[in-house]
Amino acid sequence: MSTATATEHASGDGRARPKWLLHHFDTPAQQFGTARLGMWLFLAQEVLFFGALFVIYSVFRASYPEMFKAASQQLDKIMGTTNTVVLIFSSLTAALAVNAAQKGKRHATSLYLLVTIACACVFLAIKFFEYQHKFDAGLLPGPAFKPIDEHLVKGLDLKSNSGSFFALYFMMTGLHALHVVVGIVVFIWILIRNLRGNFSKEYFTAVDITALYWHFVDLVWIFLFPLFYLI
Amino acid sequence: MAAITTAPGTYDEVDPNTSYLENNKGLMGWLFTLDHKRIGVMYLISVLMAFALGGIFALLLRAELFTKGQTLIDAETYNRAFSLHGVVMIFLFLIPAIPAALGNIILPIQLGAKDVAFPKLNLLSLYIYVFGACFAVYSMIHGGVDTGWTFYTPYSSSDPAHGGVGTSSSVIPMTLSVLIMGFSSVLTGVNFIATIHKMRAPGLTWRRLSLFAWSLYATAIIQILATPVLAITFLLLTMERFLGLGIFDPRLGGDPVLYQHFFWFYSHPAVYIMIVPGMGIVSDLIATFSRREPFGYMAIAMSSIALALLGFLVWGHHLFVAGMSEYATMVFSALTFLVAIPSGVKVFNWIATLYKGSISLQSPMLWALSFIFLFTIGGLTGLFLGMLAVDVHLHDTYFVVAHFHYVMVGGTVMGFLGGLHYWWPKFTGKLYNESWAIAGWLFVFLGFNVTFLVQFVLGSRGMPRRSYDYLPQYEFLHQISTVGSWILGFGFLLLGAMFVRSLLNGRPAPRNPWGSAALEWMTPTPPPPYNFVSDPVITRGQYDYHLATDDELYEGFDDPLLSHKSRKGGVDEGKEDA
Ligand SMILES: [Cu+2]
Repeated sequence: MSTATATEHASGDGRARPKWLLHHFDTPAQQFGTARLGMWLFLAQEVLFFGALFVIYSVFRASYPEMFKAASQQLDKIMGTTNTVVLIFSSLTAALAVNAAQKGKRHATSLYLLVTIACACVFLAIKFFEYQHKFDAGLLPGPAFKPIDEHLVKGLDLKSNSGSFFALYFMMTGLHALHVVVGIVVFIWILIRNLRGNFSKEYFTAVDITALYWHFVDLVWIFLFPLFYLI
Repeated sequence: MAAITTAPGTYDEVDPNTSYLENNKGLMGWLFTLDHKRIGVMYLISVLMAFALGGIFALLLRAELFTKGQTLIDAETYNRAFSLHGVVMIFLFLIPAIPAALGNIILPIQLGAKDVAFPKLNLLSLYIYVFGACFAVYSMIHGGVDTGWTFYTPYSSSDPAHGGVGTSSSVIPMTLSVLIMGFSSVLTGVNFIATIHKMRAPGLTWRRLSLFAWSLYATAIIQILATPVLAITFLLLTMERFLGLGIFDPRLGGDPVLYQHFFWFYSHPAVYIMIVPGMGIVSDLIATFSRREPFGYMAIAMSSIALALLGFLVWGHHLFVAGMSEYATMVFSALTFLVAIPSGVKVFNWIATLYKGSISLQSPMLWALSFIFLFTIGGLTGLFLGMLAVDVHLHDTYFVVAHFHYVMVGGTVMGFLGGLHYWWPKFTGKLYNESWAIAGWLFVFLGFNVTFLVQFVLGSRGMPRRSYDYLPQYEFLHQISTVGSWILGFGFLLLGAMFVRSLLNGRPAPRNPWGSAALEWMTPTPPPPYNFVSDPVITRGQYDYHLATDDELYEGFDDPLLSHKSRKGGVDEGKEDA
């Protein structure tokens, strides 16, 4: 292996090295591509993370189809549908934020980011009321499952082992909600950086990869919603 | 960028004539460094501490088994000792040992890069590892766990404090510890794949990648795809113990075999997280110390990837007697045999590389050769266990214990030590005493075989694993095994003393002490903060010994400018000399 001597580093070609270009990268394209690849790899592990839960869901559903059918009627379809719409809309605004950032429109970017954050908060608020109702009705995981008739929705009779359904419901929607919280925190940070003027037509990496993450969070919900609320 | 950055921004701000050790001295310069070499060194110190701790548990176990009945500790303590030995060795040592410690130090240099793709994530992964390790220590202070490193449910998940029937030991902090350290492993995996894809120097094509880099790539695939499944499994286990979810406990409507499927869906591939990087190191060592381009370079590289992918399809071989459809067991058995193919490809290619090579038996090479020998035994005995009928007899016996120690110690630890000896002069800048190194190797190699070879016999005669007491006919073999563990322990002490001596008053290492043609030996020793004095441009492969001049073959590749000035093709019979 031989090493030819000095090729000049990126700043040597006459152009100034932009200050957002990190020390170990040669070109902006390399930095942007690396960040995107990193996020895709992270999402790959997320797929396996939620994938494991979906497998457990399938196993239990196949074992106890009647129990799942009855327990699923206790979930609020209207709240669930509203949340689905809210989340899909926030995905749209996240994509619009990236689009605006690419064009260097700082104010539009801020506006879209703000709407995305607001939608995410609405989602969590609705989720909070759903959880509250489940707690009131005693629809809780495992041995804590003690349904209180007056709070229940009319429908099929609940089986005594429905605790497993609510264990999965709380674990899966809870972990999803945790991802929403993380998304909100990161979006707020992105918003602050945007207001500070950190982003430009040339550099909008953070907006881009955060939106990528957000689309994934939405996609998980798109699977969770029918599995728990509809079928 | 961020306030904690201590690595400067460009070449203009860093003096290429200072080494990474001298640049930014002081504790803060280390704790907040973004330099992959420093992060790797801190990882190395952490995993070596874990190795020592796991080793103490091992010695304790073997001492207890020296005689029938109680020898040193009671049965309760014994259960905790073997569980902690397993947890510490696997999750705190074997998983991060090669990728996060040695890989971190060497990979970017082998790629001609200034750093890994995400230096801050790299530092974060170190701190997550340390944070996770704190939970493990907390658990140990509170009595540790007695579940075995496998945490099988419902024993682990059913808490007597909540009316359960399982263990009352400190399970939750331990599973949380493993869960947290899993995130650190994922971050390392993400970092390495992005680094290998995006940070290679100009001219460093995929076909010129070092085999160690290929192996880390394969390892990273497993880290990213398998670790999250363990994370979710341990999260569910923790919640089950805490709240009684009813996922794994049959009394609550759960399925304990489901836990085993999930656990092994991670833990079989995890075996490849441990062994594949060791194979990568061995490939590099064999090329360097036999002065040959690895025979079947692409086959070795691709067999790493094949192992990574096949590893996901065979987890069921741990459940042959756990209650599974017999058709499923047949499929898992057949798939398990497939794993032998890429492993065999590697072993045959290494041997073909050695054939007519100019072999020098320096200390790193001794570890590489031990790896081939011991890993072959470990791999072949794995086939016994993959056979359905044979496994019914051998399952949960010392045969299994011996098998995986031949893979994990005979494989991973030998590879790790080979890499540590090989790269030690590069990243510390110090030479070590070769005679001590060879003596240490001799004790470790002998001690290891004395300890574990007899365990194959014990297991095939029916000695169950994890057992505190045994029948009188097993006593003699247990005693041999325990004496072996003392030899092994002494060997490690010797190596530890040798490395400490090297740090304290070792002679300064030259740029290329082994005369290797690989890229990491072309940069000064120890490397400057950005690894090279200026951006390297790669004009030939890491192993192109056949393109070398006679001088280079005999004197080693010292001057990076010499090697492409006078290049001569077809020199392939460099004889071992002086
Ligand atoms: Cu396995």
